[in-house]
Amino acid sequence: MCEDCGCGDSELVPVEVQHRILSENDRVASHNREHFAEQGVLAINLMGSPGSGKTALLEASVGLGIGSISAVSGDLATDRDADRLVRKGIVARSITTGSACHLDASLLHHSLHDEELAKAVAASEFFFIENVGNLVCPAIYDLGQAANVVALSVTEGEDKPIKYPVMFDRADLVVVTKVDLLPYLPGFSLDALKDGLAQVMPDPRVLFVSAVTGEGMEGWKAWLLQQRARLLESVADAQEYGHGHGHEHDHEHGHAHSHHDHSHDDGSHGHHDHDHDHSDHSTPHVHPTR
Amino acid sequence: MLRSRYRAPNSGDGMHEYSLVSSLMDEIDRQAGAHRATSVQKVHVRLGEMAGVDADLFRTAFEMIQPHTICAEAELVLHSEPAGWACPLCGRRHPLGATLRCEACDVPLRPDGGRDLVLERLEMEVSHV
Repeated sequence: MCEDCGCGDSELVPVEVQHRILSENDRVASHNREHFAEQGVLAINLMGSPGSGKTALLEASVGLGIGSISAVSGDLATDRDADRLVRKGIVARSITTGSACHLDASLLHHSLHDEELAKAVAASEFFFIENVGNLVCPAIYDLGQAANVVALSVTEGEDKPIKYPVMFDRADLVVVTKVDLLPYLPGFSLDALKDGLAQVMPDPRVLFVSAVTGEGMEGWKAWLLQQRARLLESVADAQEYGHGHGHEHDHEHGHAHSHHDHSHDDGSHGHHDHDHDHSDHSTPHVHPTR
Repeated sequence: MLRSRYRAPNSGDGMHEYSLVSSLMDEIDRQAGAHRATSVQKVHVRLGEMAGVDADLFRTAFEMIQPHTICAEAELVLHSEPAGWACPLCGRRHPLGATLRCEACDVPLRPDGGRDLVLERLEMEVSHV
């Protein structure tokens, strides 16, 4: 191989790269997440199969008294889901993805350039991102949400978690929907569903709801309010830290599930990554730099 | 026995593997530009079992896109990485399919590897001028 004379001979060069292919998406997602945190709005990425009851769950959330709700609905071609939410009084927009099977951080970011939507999001307590109906691809795209929720209807069968482990691996909460239909599904086994979830989620959090009868909706409300309280708390913590006040605080936050939210190391829950499981509560808490 | 598995012959560009390969090509272009490469000969990609990416579809997408790129002659080498979970206390690792709780320590496991899709290494033709 000629290296000196400048004759133009070429050489095969190995180059170490180590570049995460989704890093650009994740960069935009972090930007989205910062915006939501600044605005004090809890962003929920709601995923699930087509027809799993995502839109119905949001429609039924309007009457819960959790405060103001805004939303975007991902859809391949239509505005139907967003229209349903608008009829319920929610400021909602659709994101039509054409042939793409999922939302990504940049699609979400661009949708927030709609002034009316952006205002509504900033003024709301909860912003729901209703993803494209699909149990596969949406899971791997961080959007900047505070939490991932998977809607799973009882009519889909109890083996979905094992068939789609990636989706459930990324879930903070599974909402089992349409439980009013259980009397008509003699073959459905809640135990089999729980066993399946235990194989794909280390500490499964599951709610059973019916948007039709209202069953279980109080649990959904409580979970949402708890998540938003935690968001506000972590924002306040970050602000305090940002002003240079080192402080001690007690880690009894009253979380019903202190293990779970700290068990993910996949970067999709970046808003609240300090560890609440210190055994020694008197140790001054060191906040992560962000 | 009847075959029960069927994959649509034309999975179409709606598959997220295509958009992932586009992102991969963007990064390869940056690397090739920075090193003044004339061509890329090998592309090493690490694919986690729980990355949510189908290896066959990823390869198909790569082969479909590569003719128009600096990777026209490149070989795609996929290194698959198994998914794991580990006990936060004793560190014992568990594979996919296990119940994700450490029986010895009685705590939930934590995800540990196998979730990423990473461009690890390139082999590029660089000319000396």
